[in-house]
Amino acid sequence: MNKISIILSREYFIRVKKKSFLLTTIGIPLIIMGFYAAIIYISLSESDEKQKIAVIDEANLFGGKIDNHQNSIEFKFIKNETVDSYIKKYKKDGYQSFLFISKDSSIKDKFQLHSSSSASITTIESIESIINKTVRAKKLLSKGIDPEEFDRMTQEASITNTIDSEDGSKKSFAEISYAVSFVCGLLIYMMMVIYGTQVMRGVTEEKTNRIAEVIISSVKPFELMMGKILGIGAVGLTQFAIWIVLMILMQLSIPFIFPEFMHQVSNASSSSSENVTMLANTIQGLSSLPLTKIAGSFLFYFLGGYLTYASIFAAVGSVVSEDQQEAQQLVFPVLMPIILGFVIMTKAVNDPNSNLAIFGSIFPLTSPIVMMGRITYDIPFWQITLSMLLLVVSFLFFTWITGKIYRTGILMYGKKPSWKEMIKWAFTK
Amino acid sequence: MNILELHSLKKDFSSQKAVDDISFSIKKGSIFGLLGPNGAGKTTLLRMITGIFHPDSGEILFNGKKFHAIDDIINIGYMPEERGLYKKMKIGEHAIYLARLKGMNKADAMASVKKWFVKFEMESWWNKKVEDLSKGMSQKLQFVTTILHNPSLIILDEPFSGLDPVNANIIKEEIFNLANNGATIIFSTHRMEQVEEICTQIVLINKGKKMLDGNIQDIKQDFKDNIFKIGANLTPEQLMTPIFEVIKHEKDSVQIKLSKETTNNELLNYFIQQQINIESFNEVLPSLNDIFIKLVENSTATRKFNITH
Repeated sequence: MNKISIILSREYFIRVKKKSFLLTTIGIPLIIMGFYAAIIYISLSESDEKQKIAVIDEANLFGGKIDNHQNSIEFKFIKNETVDSYIKKYKKDGYQSFLFISKDSSIKDKFQLHSSSSASITTIESIESIINKTVRAKKLLSKGIDPEEFDRMTQEASITNTIDSEDGSKKSFAEISYAVSFVCGLLIYMMMVIYGTQVMRGVTEEKTNRIAEVIISSVKPFELMMGKILGIGAVGLTQFAIWIVLMILMQLSIPFIFPEFMHQVSNASSSSSENVTMLANTIQGLSSLPLTKIAGSFLFYFLGGYLTYASIFAAVGSVVSEDQQEAQQLVFPVLMPIILGFVIMTKAVNDPNSNLAIFGSIFPLTSPIVMMGRITYDIPFWQITLSMLLLVVSFLFFTWITGKIYRTGILMYGKKPSWKEMIKWAFTK
Repeated sequence: MNILELHSLKKDFSSQKAVDDISFSIKKGSIFGLLGPNGAGKTTLLRMITGIFHPDSGEILFNGKKFHAIDDIINIGYMPEERGLYKKMKIGEHAIYLARLKGMNKADAMASVKKWFVKFEMESWWNKKVEDLSKGMSQKLQFVTTILHNPSLIILDEPFSGLDPVNANIIKEEIFNLANNGATIIFSTHRMEQVEEICTQIVLINKGKKMLDGNIQDIKQDFKDNIFKIGANLTPEQLMTPIFEVIKHEKDSVQIKLSKETTNNELLNYFIQQQINIESFNEVLPSLNDIFIKLVENSTATRKFNITH
């Protein structure tokens, strides 16, 4: 046991001290955090800063006033100017753009926006929606219809999904659940493949370097294999832990960095801009999910899945030589169930209670990925228990079998053994 | 007192007999040569002695007790023929790591690594990476890591391959040193001149079987061919006699093979009667190399013979 821990710590520190580890562990969350911050910043700055637009209303469509609830844009009507004369002046007057409404053309090309640089899509979209609203209101009024009455009549229905679980009812956020499930499944899939192949490469390196023989004269092959698997697994857990901590820090720091934002989120109403509403929904949706349960399951399925596959990867690594093609031939059958798990997971997030999803989340070779794809939905207790139990059993079984293949393979040089030979190694004492 | 005794060890690899009923024992403090051509079963035998393989049958006694890999491994240092180190690791850390895997604690490992690095003038390498070492340097490092934990049995498989004469000499000196301090050394090789120089006792194996076992001087006596070298100026006429045949005739010496019935004195008499002035007279013992080749070729020949008939 003591020797496993010596091997474990070597395998662990040699990887954690690498620059690439720091880069992926700290870099990826920082990039995500950056995006997050950028979105918040943009949505805030838009609502903060009023864009002033000059209007030359040649057609006198608005009668010198635009009813504007969207407070990010302010319109100023300019009189006694033509397009050609104003093009030279509007920048000097402090406008970035001006809107020209021509007298004669049809509604389709009546409006022209002149600007010093190309106007953003959101600006154009908001102006369009303001104009359309105003024009529609005018037309409705001219036909004797109250625009507010019209809005009420044409309002579309929207569905609120409430989940009635034992802990009481709560609002459901289907998109958020979907996204979290998918991301969890994807992460497990990626971690299993990345860390599994790391184990394989490490074992092959030891074998082709011939260090295996030196070490195996000091420790048992099984200790060497387990030390490596656990060491690399610990690297995965460290990465996971750092990500969680960064995530929490990020969530906690938002109210301090953007105090107004939290205020807006808590008062999220129809008048807020679309981005803010979306973010507010995301945050509410996330907090409605059973996050501790998700993190706990993630940990369990990562460990279970990783340990099961890592021992198989180690056995594969022990039988191949330097020949990369040889390694690929052998890795393919190991990757198959992982890929199958991923495919089932993409189906399971859409339909978490289908037979395929249930089977995939119980069958131990696919369960780590598929179960994470269903994790945000309510899963019957027996399914989780059975799935976890089978995963533990399969881990023990595969470690036992592959340990014996590894023991023989690591000291065999030359020709790649056949499947028949490997099965013989696995089942002889 | 024997540090190691092997009794009828056998190990098969799918139909092929890698080690077939081999027994011998090694005295404490001796330098023991394990010889054999490539594929003779030396590595398999060593792997059984180091606990990497279990023998199919037979028994290994270590210090008089049944060999138990987990307890006895601390007393054994093994340097395999195919050496390996982690390329990306720093040399100092690597040496400590291997010492700790043998069961030393951190402080002892550190002290021992420092001591040996100083002795072999390797202190300045401490923070270098293994991949930056030349072949000779990494060979030296490998030797040091083998003896870090003060093993009482040191097994060296082809320790001099890839070493220049200077470094080979340093390691040879250290082997004698270790043996003087009570360690036993098993030295596995197919390079005979090194064996003659270093070893006191040898075992020769071929095709998994033991061919020879004993003290080098005794073995040479057993295999001597009655060949003598006579330092004298001789004419071909003077060498016409039935008591010997000439093997090699040079300007001031001649090598002859004496017929079985003739004694040394009769030979000398023959020259003295002809008034020939003899400057020197020695028996030529066969080199281990000759014995080795003779034995190995014979066994292959008989095998071939057996197959054809």
